[in-house]
Amino acid sequence: MDPFAGVRPGAFNERYVIMSFTDHRKMQLYGALLLLPAALLLATFAYLPTIATVVNSLFLPGFRGAPTQFVGLENYQVLFSDPTFWKVARNNLLYALGTIPTSLALALAMALFVNGKLRGRGFVRMAYFTPTILPMIAAANIWMFFYAPQIGLFNKLLGILGFSGVNWLGDPSVALGSVIVMSIWKEAGFFMIFYLAALQGIPPELKEASDLEGTSRWSFFWRVTFPLLMPTTLFVLINALINAVRVVDHLFILTKGGPNNATNLLLYYVYENAFSFFDRTMAATITVVILLVLAVVATLKFTVLDRRTHYQ
Amino acid sequence: MSNQSRIRLDRVSKCWGATTAVDDISFDVTPGQFVILLGPSGCGKSTTLRMVAGLEEASSGQIYIGERDVTRLPPGDRGLSMVFQSYALFPHLSVADNIVFGLRSRNVPKAEQRQRLAHVAELVDLTDYLHRKPAQLSGGQRQRVALARAVISEHPICLMDEPLSNLDARLRSDMRREIKALQSRLNMTVIYVTHDQVEAMSMGDRVILMQQGKIVQDGTPDELYNRPASAFAASFIGSPAMNLLPLEAGEKGAVIVGEPHTSVAPLEAVGGQLGIRPEDIALSTTSTTGVPALVVSDEYLGADTIAHLAIGDHTLRVRLSGRHRLAGQQCRIGWTAEAAHLFGGDGLRRDDLTAYSLLPAAALSAESASPHPQLQPQR
Repeated sequence: MDPFAGVRPGAFNERYVIMSFTDHRKMQLYGALLLLPAALLLATFAYLPTIATVVNSLFLPGFRGAPTQFVGLENYQVLFSDPTFWKVARNNLLYALGTIPTSLALALAMALFVNGKLRGRGFVRMAYFTPTILPMIAAANIWMFFYAPQIGLFNKLLGILGFSGVNWLGDPSVALGSVIVMSIWKEAGFFMIFYLAALQGIPPELKEASDLEGTSRWSFFWRVTFPLLMPTTLFVLINALINAVRVVDHLFILTKGGPNNATNLLLYYVYENAFSFFDRTMAATITVVILLVLAVVATLKFTVLDRRTHYQ
Repeated sequence: MSNQSRIRLDRVSKCWGATTAVDDISFDVTPGQFVILLGPSGCGKSTTLRMVAGLEEASSGQIYIGERDVTRLPPGDRGLSMVFQSYALFPHLSVADNIVFGLRSRNVPKAEQRQRLAHVAELVDLTDYLHRKPAQLSGGQRQRVALARAVISEHPICLMDEPLSNLDARLRSDMRREIKALQSRLNMTVIYVTHDQVEAMSMGDRVILMQQGKIVQDGTPDELYNRPASAFAASFIGSPAMNLLPLEAGEKGAVIVGEPHTSVAPLEAVGGQLGIRPEDIALSTTSTTGVPALVVSDEYLGADTIAHLAIGDHTLRVRLSGRHRLAGQQCRIGWTAEAAHLFGGDGLRRDDLTAYSLLPAAALSAESASPHPQLQPQR
């Protein structure tokens, strides 16, 4: 059946007006069919698992063949009374606060630097971007060597200066900081690319116009460049936030959440619950909590910050 | 008026590597003058303007504003404002904030900012749009914002870099008059860059025509039109452009190449070119004197008709007032000695020679409103 039966080129205008009800339905069906593959994939791999997770978080599994039991919000009560969960949540908050502002500021500074007139600009840009191309696992392995207690680069350098070494990943009070530093190193270069692209989209005449008025560099940055980069900042901010919850690859290599959960983050805790403790229900419950938090943050972004941002 | 806004360029050049964009040019702009830098794209006119503004540094030579040598001063210290081709408005700021941007940079008190803003907004007719963003304005309104930003700074000098080229033809002619009116009202010294000879002729007190980084002619619009200094100047000013016909030696004098029977100038003009404006050519289909030509086609433009003629190996354009259907007819053309310009082999104007007067009897021209009976507009 030809879905364009009612809309031959040339005859379109006349036929559209008198397009019959069934023709119209055919067009709608045609559109729906075009959307189907993507919708099917999304449903299978995004929406169904989400719903299943929400459902799972409301049930207790039955043991020895007994049917699962609906317990309402009891799983959440258990979760919220679990001190480890709060510790992990607090870790994740500290991790986000530690990585996001610093990596954004660093990314912006690097972008401003390599956007200027500079010898070997291409090389510097590439150098800044290199950490991004490395897989997180590989990057974490490199940093393992930096952080290693005896032979590590940092402790070697400290030793030369006459300081005693730090147990970067083994000391609970330092370990999270070490993980944060590595994440910043990994992410800043990636965010720099977005800032660089946005900076190149700012017409050079704006700088010239403000130079003619004797505007200082500092003043130009805060009055023109930064506001014009706001859409990029928002985009990068959301990405950084999602990454702070989503990317835990480095924990597998560096600390495995230890020592004593000092570097454990939410998603790694979900993984532990599901595949180490085999508590699928708890894993589902934490997942739902993460989703809710991210949803709230995204809503805030779209309602509050978007209204105050200039999009070109 | 004070000498504050006098601009003087002394042997200024700008090179990028091996290419020379501006080649050793000098000129002197007196206060209150409206000077046009005219030329085809790539002739160095914008670079010259940007060097005056301080956005490009001169490779050699000196630039003076008033009595100061500003050659190495940053743009903000030169005491001038500029209107950009792209307007360079800050897209995230309202019209009002765009206009007072420079005042804020210079820490002008808030109350004075408001007062000057109100005054300038009225001057350029933007009072109702002060809270809009540039994206919500039409092209002409954006242009006004850019002008307002230049005017509010109260600098005596304003530089304009093709400010009208992004507007449509109709708006452009309105803005031409507005800019000119604003300039004479505020007694600003303006250097205005354009490639549009209409803007140059209608706005300028003085036109500096440039070609390949050099000044070809520096004079009033009248001088550029009536006494072009070179074949290039002749072909750049006027629409349609001046006809340029190469000359070769004939029996009794210089003749147009391919038309050996009528000598048009003394023998000394051979090797150069004869230039005649399309509006200075008289045309007759009945006359037996004048240069014979064949009308190839005619273009009716409303007020007048442009006839394309084949003469010798060349085509030339003749502007006739009113409507005429002449295509395919043989005719005779001519001109007065004053209307003919002679250019040497090097392209420069030759004032030592005078072309012959070749007016055909009973001619039809742009000036004469009494056409021959045979040339009555056909209906």
